[in-house]
Parts: sequence; structure tokens; C-alpha cells
Amino acid sequence: MITLGHYLVVSGILFTIGFAGVMVRRNIIIILMALELMLNAANLSLVAFSRFHVDPTGAPNYNAQIFVFFIITVAAAEVAVGLAIVVALFRLRQTTHVEDITTLKF
Amino acid sequence: MSSLLFWIFALLMIGFGAAVIINRNPVASALSLVVSFLALAVLFVLLDAYFIGVIQVLVYAGAIMVLFLFIIMLLDLRPEKLRKINWVASAGGVAVAFVLAIEIFSIVGRLSIAKEPFPPLAKPASDDVQSIGLLLFGNYNLPFQIIGVVILVATIGVVMLSRRESR
Repeated sequence: MITLGHYLVVSGILFTIGFAGVMVRRNIIIILMALELMLNAANLSLVAFSRFHVDPTGAPNYNAQIFVFFIITVAAAEVAVGLAIVVALFRLRQTTHVEDITTLKF
Repeated sequence: MSSLLFWIFALLMIGFGAAVIINRNPVASALSLVVSFLALAVLFVLLDAYFIGVIQVLVYAGAIMVLFLFIIMLLDLRPEKLRKINWVASAGGVAVAFVLAIEIFSIVGRLSIAKEPFPPLAKPASDDVQSIGLLLFGNYNLPFQIIGVVILVATIGVVMLSRRESR
């Protein structure tokens, strides 16, 4: 029997993978992909809670699904701007490696 | 039946999600991410969120991943050469992620509703595209318009960022 906890644990594992990717990897594009993984982990737990809170008419709670819709939209905008910054950076420095970009490093 | 599907696609999603951060070749990472997102879309469908599942396939596996692959090909990134790995930073990152995972699991373990099964939905199932559309253009009309402005600003920002300097 699949319970809410199963979905929350799967979502937690996916979030941890994304977090580890952001912390460990040094390629900006891979870091952006790991950010997407974290956003999707949040979406999965939101949809699981939406399915769990069934209202008296027998419909899932659609407010959470609207929230997921907004998250997906903002993620799409974020990826577009992020990748444009990566392209501009690559044109300037010929690298996508975060350790080569140290201008603002103290 | 649906619990078998849950295990298959949850494992697929986590396995390919791990492949995203393990692969050295950016193209392989991007393709692993597509498989991970498709498995996640199946999990959404298993949770009876058909609209979100379709949006996931269209927006993530379609648009966003094509953008990633396009940029990787445009920049012509080679598989990363093995640089001197900063072991302290990597071990620190994995340790922090591990602590985060333990924290999440302990919270889920203490949550009493986490052990309850999902309550049944009404039969026949309600039309979720219609319900979401009514909510989106009714209660959530203002956020919907604001998100439209966000997309517009992002579009203008991308055009400005990718313009060649002509000074």
C-alpha cells in the first residue's frame, strides 16, 4: 500500500540528489540541472499533498496543483535567464567552470 | 498494480536523477534529466494529477530540456577533464546533503498523516483541467497575470543578455 510517506520520502531523496549536485559539481550547466531537480522534488510533494487532502465532493485539492503550475512557469523563466547568463559568460571567459570565475571572490 | 508502477517509476526517477550529477558528459546529464522528468510525470499521473503530468512532459521534458541541449551544443562543451578534485569541498557538500536527507526522513517519520493511505476520489473522477482552469482564471487571476509579466520580463532579459555588445 503506497502512503503519503512514500511520496514524501521519494521527494526528499530527489531533493537531496539535487542539493548534492549543487554542492559538489563545478559546471554551471550541471548546477542549473540540479536546481531543476530540487524544484521538481518540491512539485512532487505538493502534488502528493494535493491528492491526500480530498475535499467532501471527492476532488483533490486543486490549490496545490495551481501552485505547481506557477512553480513550473517560474522555473522555465529562470532556466531561460540562467542559460542566457551562461552564454554571455562563456562569450567573455570561454569557460563554464565555477572555479575559473573568481572576480568577486574575497 | 499502481504500487508496482510507483516503485518502478520512483526508482527510475531517482536513478536517472543521480545519473545527472554523476555523468561527466553534459549531454548525457541532460538526457538523464529528461528520463527523470518523464518518470516524474508518470508519478503525477499516478497521483491523479493528469493536467500537471501533461504540463510536466510539455514544459520540462519538451521545452526546458531542448533549451539545455541547445545551449550545451552551442557552447560545444567537451566532457569535463578530470581536474584536481577539491576533496574537502566535495566531502563537505555530500555531508551537508546527507544531514539534510536524514532531517527530511526524520520529519516524515514523525508525521502521523504520512502513514495513512490516500483517501479515495469521487467516481467518475472530476475533470481536473476544467477545475484548474476555473480556479486559475477565478481565484488566482491576479497571480496568473503577474506570472505573465514575469515571463515577459524574462524574455526581455534574455534578449538583452544575448545581444552582442556593439560599443
